[in-house]
Amino acid sequence: MKKVYHRIIQISGNVITVEAEDVPYNSLAEVATGGRVSLAQVIRLDRRRVSLQVFAGSRGISTDSEVRFLGRPMQVSASPDVLGRIFTGSGSPRDRGPRLRDDLIDIGGPSVNPARRIIPRRMIRTGIPMIDVFNSLVESQKLPIFSIPGEPYNALLARIAMQAEVDVIVIGGMGLKHDDYLFFRNTLDAHGALARSVMFIHTAADPVVECLLVPDMALAVAESFAIGGKRVLVLLTDMTNFADALKEIAVTMEQIPSNRGYPGDLYTQLAARYEKAVDFEGAGSITILAVTTMPGDDVTHPVPDNTGYITEGQYYLSGGRIDPFGSLSRLKQQVNGRTRNDHRAVMDNMIRLYADYRETREKLAMGFRMSGWDRKLLQYGERFEARMMDLSVNIPLEEALDLGWQTLAECFQPAETGIKSDLVAEYWPGGTEAATAKDGNGTTPA
Amino acid sequence: MDDGEHDGTFGMTTERKLGEVVGVNGNMVTVAFDRHVIQNEMAYVVVGETRLKAEVIRVRGEVADLQVFESSAGARVGDKVEFTGELLSVMLGPGLLTQVYDGLQNPLPELARQAGFFLRRGLYVTPLDEARPWEFTPAVKPGDSVCAGAAVGTVPEGIFRHRIMVPFGWPGHWRVTWVAAAGAYPITAAVARVSDGREERAVTMVQRWPVRVPVTAYREKLLPVETLVTQQRIVDTFFPVAKGGTFCTPGPFGAGKTVLQHALSRYSEADVVIVAACGERAGEVVEILREYPELEDPRTGRKLIDRTIIICNTSSMPVAAREASIYTSVTLAEYYRQMGLNVLLLADSTSRWAQALREMSGRLEEIPGEEAFPAYLESLIAGFYERGGLVRLHSGETGSITIGGAVSPAGGNFEEPVTQATLKVVGCFLGLSRDRANARRYPAVHPLDSWSKYPSLSDADDLAFARRILQRGHEVDQMMKVVGEEGTPLADFALYLKSEFLDAVYLQQNTFDAIDGATSAARQKASFRRVVDVLRTPFLFADKDEARSFFQRLRQLFTDANYLPMDGEKYQALDRQTAEFLTAAKKEA
Ligand SMILES: Nc1ncnc2c1ncn2[C@@H]1O[C@H](COP(=O)(O)OP(=O)(O)OP(=O)(O)O)[C@@H](O)[C@H]1O
Ligand SMILES: [Mg+2]
Repeated sequence: MKKVYHRIIQISGNVITVEAEDVPYNSLAEVATGGRVSLAQVIRLDRRRVSLQVFAGSRGISTDSEVRFLGRPMQVSASPDVLGRIFTGSGSPRDRGPRLRDDLIDIGGPSVNPARRIIPRRMIRTGIPMIDVFNSLVESQKLPIFSIPGEPYNALLARIAMQAEVDVIVIGGMGLKHDDYLFFRNTLDAHGALARSVMFIHTAADPVVECLLVPDMALAVAESFAIGGKRVLVLLTDMTNFADALKEIAVTMEQIPSNRGYPGDLYTQLAARYEKAVDFEGAGSITILAVTTMPGDDVTHPVPDNTGYITEGQYYLSGGRIDPFGSLSRLKQQVNGRTRNDHRAVMDNMIRLYADYRETREKLAMGFRMSGWDRKLLQYGERFEARMMDLSVNIPLEEALDLGWQTLAECFQPAETGIKSDLVAEYWPGGTEAATAKDGNGTTPA
Repeated sequence: MDDGEHDGTFGMTTERKLGEVVGVNGNMVTVAFDRHVIQNEMAYVVVGETRLKAEVIRVRGEVADLQVFESSAGARVGDKVEFTGELLSVMLGPGLLTQVYDGLQNPLPELARQAGFFLRRGLYVTPLDEARPWEFTPAVKPGDSVCAGAAVGTVPEGIFRHRIMVPFGWPGHWRVTWVAAAGAYPITAAVARVSDGREERAVTMVQRWPVRVPVTAYREKLLPVETLVTQQRIVDTFFPVAKGGTFCTPGPFGAGKTVLQHALSRYSEADVVIVAACGERAGEVVEILREYPELEDPRTGRKLIDRTIIICNTSSMPVAAREASIYTSVTLAEYYRQMGLNVLLLADSTSRWAQALREMSGRLEEIPGEEAFPAYLESLIAGFYERGGLVRLHSGETGSITIGGAVSPAGGNFEEPVTQATLKVVGCFLGLSRDRANARRYPAVHPLDSWSKYPSLSDADDLAFARRILQRGHEVDQMMKVVGEEGTPLADFALYLKSEFLDAVYLQQNTFDAIDGATSAARQKASFRRVVDVLRTPFLFADKDEARSFFQRLRQLFTDANYLPMDGEKYQALDRQTAEFLTAAKKEA
């Protein structure tokens, strides 16, 4: 099996073709070029012709480079020793630690049987009102952060990871700037979270094929911990780089692109990764938060578009804030009925009023006359943005709900909020008597 | 009978045909063979200890291309391939209802029992319990003449008398030579014997049918005219679906396709519902899986799951099996239609099926059409929806399959091949709009863009009137965006408020509310009448504020009523209150 082949008959992009026999599909090979050894994976068999994708790229490979087939698929160590460690996309240590050879498991394993999934029920608290109050994050959810390049998405990811009560954090970096990599590492370190984290980092300077491995490496490790009963949070940044790497390979393999150069199986490829998010019956869970940068701020671009069709909602990061309208947590109703009895009412009505505020802002911009009601909305909208939307706000859900009531009470009469009277009686600051007493300025809701 | 070539034991050969792998590209395996192969024949690729199911999809000279229904990792050039001589088929018999199958009809709960959390490659399980006895009642006697699809007896399956039928592919007329006495038998036991004069065959409770071939054991296809009540107001009143009709629900992500399909699967007045979760999220199926066994079906008093079959090949399950799952689903639908039942097949999402076709077409290096979909996409989509319809069976009864397909257009743009090909063949288009979804106006079916060719529950004049109000209201709304409220004449403004009123109290419906979520046909007729009465009344208002607060109040009254059971006292009281409010307003006018 471990026969060495010397005749490379084609080199194109990062794909090489050799003539060889008895090679298992998708298995690994080592390609040695002048002292440097790179891993490669079999991506096509055609009689004796074997095409391999070279992880380190094909640069420097000569037609007589040595190819040694390993006869096994790509694997990663899932031993407890991975915690606190940092690896490259292909699993080599990026820190100074030793190479891990225990508990090796195949990456890209089979799908979870849907019959063994359960309906998710646990909320993940983040301390961010735009998430906790308005679009609650749920354990086992798969949720992307749609973002324009340049937004503070990595800072947001890191913050959620630090606040979330999870057992293990797995970070997969794809095309990460070196600074961002250091930022993640330092943040984990500063919060004492490094010891329960593992990182697979592909930086912008690393070979592009390694980028393709990152989600599978990260998710294989996550899956192994989750089966062992751990609650795992996986952070993937940036999945658009992953999709671009897919595109590059597809082009090399002369596949017919479907949409803006992306391969026809982009949906399937992304879904295979995102669907690893799971709540296991009788074991742990995997929650996936992923960054998807939107080229040209265009949600209909194939990457965010296909992602939106796969994930359970999205957080839309724009202007340094989580936009309340573009964002949606499709699982929020599984949890927000059991937090506090005013949660849903505060959520629905504050958002509705904020939507009204946005309309008023438009009217203002177009020079239409402002009514008394419009002026109330303007006051409300500004406070809402400062207290709820500003990403520097960091308060528990209950405090955020209280702050919501306070904001409403500062700007409106109880009846103008549309909130049911029994909740108003329970939560309106100073009680309803106080509220009705100052009623009488005659403004009505629009 | 134009399908005489399928005899149920489809082309089963005793000789073992073998082949050898010569190429692997993703889930496509190229195989050299020495004898003959059949297009769409099943085969097994033997990879080490496991045998992977595959299907012949192209033959060229000495080699055949097979799509493997599993990951092909580990396959090598030289691996053995066993051809079965049989087309990709499903097993039909009592016990299908309540099941949860993957795209190849493997029962998922049983797979989980054998393999645990993960799907195991190469593990296949018989779709029906072969040991379980069923209480058989004969319906024929020796000497009777029968043909394909005729019932030789029945067994009780939940709420139905499940017919045991002469296999759909047996050609011509047969005489019953023997029938089993009433009693309990397993599905594999012979319950009747029939002869066509040349050969005698045993009828068991189970037959196999090749999924890609439509079942045509019926007399004729009829025009679908009777409304399938879905209890969704915007559907039944504005864009109705007929029993045996076809419809599609295209929409961008998050617009509410799945929520709408789930509502249809719960509330539609169909006998059997087949839910095909095709290439979408596993989590969404889990909701059905866990909740339908608990939810009551008000029409039968039994659990919802008792009339439901789930075909679940979600997005991370093998792509070729996803492609097959659509055909598996429609074949099961045809089977229950043959019993004279009304079947509703809901496929979410047909775009994922089309994408599976595209992936395979790409590997076959076929000349691509638009957006790289294969050129034959349109005819396959047409062929799928054509398997729906209302038919008259040989027995004279009717049975129907209503097909509803979700479509997930790239970028939410309906000008793409799957949406366009689907719109050519369906009878009803429920277009979901991003704007309506963002405004949380659910179900987000667009009231101006959607259409249906089937008859509505409601009065045609009323409907035309309501449509005009919606259209004019929309025009006023557009105009107001430019000239502002101040620049809009009061009469136009009132018209706009009327269209908003209609939208809020009738078109919008809270799917998650037990009462508002399901509006019976009778209730729809009554409440639509009432809404149209309001629309037809020429109210006079002093100014816009008065008009606005009038409609706000009216809207509150109507919405409150939507949340109350119609026979309750509260509803009656509210009804009187509304009537008084309206009379007062008319008097002022
Ligand atoms: N009728 C409805 N009532 C209330 N909320 C709804 C309704 N329809 C959709 N929603 C909201 O929109 C979310 C997305 O809906 P749904 O899952 O049906 O979208 P979809 O069109 O199937 O999207 P995708 O194409 O991504 O699968 C739901 O989780 C829910 O929050
Ligand atoms: Mg959906």
